[in-house]
Amino acid sequence: MSILVFAEHDNNTLKADTLKTVAAAQAIGGDIDVVVAGLNCQAVAEAAAQINGVNKVLVADNAAYEHQLAENVSLLVTELASDYSHILATALTTGKNFMPRVAALLDVAQISDIIAVESADTFVRPIYAGNAIATVQSLDSKKVITVRTTGFDAVATDGSAEIIAIAQATDAGTSSHVSDELTVSERPDLGAAGVVISGGRGMQNGDNFKLLEGIADKLGAAIGASRAAVDAGFVPNDMQVGQTGKIVAPDLYIAVGISGAIQHLAGMKDSKVIVAINKDPEAPIFQVADYGIVGDLFDVLPELESKL
Amino acid sequence: MKVLVPIKRVIDYNVKVRVKPDNSNVDLANVKMAINPFCEIAVEEAVRLKEAGTATEIIAVSIGDKSCQEQLRTALALGADKAIQIDTDQNLDSLNVAKLLQKVVEAEQPQLVILGKQSIDSDNNQTGQMLAALTGLPQGTFASEVKVDGDKVNVTREIDGGLQTVALSLPAIVTTDLRLNEPRYASLPNIMKAKRKPLEVQPAADFGIDLAPRSTLVKVSPPSERQAGIVVESVDELVEKLKNEAKVIS
Repeated sequence: MSILVFAEHDNNTLKADTLKTVAAAQAIGGDIDVVVAGLNCQAVAEAAAQINGVNKVLVADNAAYEHQLAENVSLLVTELASDYSHILATALTTGKNFMPRVAALLDVAQISDIIAVESADTFVRPIYAGNAIATVQSLDSKKVITVRTTGFDAVATDGSAEIIAIAQATDAGTSSHVSDELTVSERPDLGAAGVVISGGRGMQNGDNFKLLEGIADKLGAAIGASRAAVDAGFVPNDMQVGQTGKIVAPDLYIAVGISGAIQHLAGMKDSKVIVAINKDPEAPIFQVADYGIVGDLFDVLPELESKL
Repeated sequence: MKVLVPIKRVIDYNVKVRVKPDNSNVDLANVKMAINPFCEIAVEEAVRLKEAGTATEIIAVSIGDKSCQEQLRTALALGADKAIQIDTDQNLDSLNVAKLLQKVVEAEQPQLVILGKQSIDSDNNQTGQMLAALTGLPQGTFASEVKVDGDKVNVTREIDGGLQTVALSLPAIVTTDLRLNEPRYASLPNIMKAKRKPLEVQPAADFGIDLAPRSTLVKVSPPSERQAGIVVESVDELVEKLKNEAKVIS
């Protein structure tokens, strides 16, 4: 078997999630190559070459791939696919965007969001917001898979794979990039942070999220939110943790003023330790929390910050 | 311009599913069903485009047995002009759904297809992208803003870390994210009016597509349950536990 892993990056830095996707590839077993598609992405290629267990790093460095538009990237990956039995990408917004196109162009199904590998053709994935776990056997000759990285541990980076430039430069010509509006933050990425502190509707407004910042600073935490807080306009959507937002599994997750709707639990219940702060002792969040404090968050948060 | 909106009948998002005791699947017997929330946002967006004078006709399409006509009537009550039910008893995977929709796109020639980004049952997040690939059309997935501008559409997308805007040449495929709009409720007169709007039934078998499943569902299990922990009495106790018992902070 031979596996192609799509590298997740921003043209400068390889995202740590790729190390977990490679771990999923190792669980399948076989030769593993990584493809880096971008513009001026040599640094990413060099980082990818250090991933343990990687055979070759294929680099498509071309303006057509600068913003990883799905129309262009899917054509590239489809062209490369003939040499591989499995094609893996991380189930983040880039992979979710282009991978189903690859599957359709190859006339195979896609297995989305796998959290475990049973065998080379059988995979485990959550359905119904994680309220059921499906084991699925693919009947296709080629497997197109996206990997939910919370299910896998990152592989080490002491390898030295060969870097090969590839000449492919397909521009479908049907789409173009206009602009990016990225949230600038000193804090770690939600998906990569060891500690996450999230606020819900109980925060009452966006200004009160400042109460989480002091604690986040002390713990080196990322700040998240429930869908209720996003819907109420307290914070932007890219902070949303849940079924349709980010799926996180940090060492410590602190849920503040979050009742614990199933859609939110779907995004965080694999965290190692969960702390809930809520004034309603009946809130469902307490059923999944390791430690709960029943109390007014406006009293608890300042005290917690001062005592950390 | 014509807008096509594929919709899916799914379990109501407020219902907590249970896995069948024999682990063959989830138990959907006598469970409340509804239009997939993301599909509802897609219908709403199409209706808003029509109200703005951009869209001229909205066609809703759903694939399933007769029961999905209920969701098509909902779409008609919200403002769709015409509905198509592609009739099948089979539970189709996304690729086969996309192949059927490709035929509808070829027949109806819409300028814009708006779909939900994922259904809340299978959580696949595939159909829109697959339809785009099969039809060779550009895609704007996870949309939080859709602006039609002449022969182009600008789609602002929810991506990791923020927003991205792409320009797509029409015709194009858009999939909706939560913040695109807030769907309206259908008014009673519109619900009554929807009963008289055209709903066409086309057997899936007539499409000449091999709909054989691409995967086998081996089993469905309940997720591992977390044990509820303890309620601590004070912040001091919490900090002590996190340091010395859970050892997640220092």
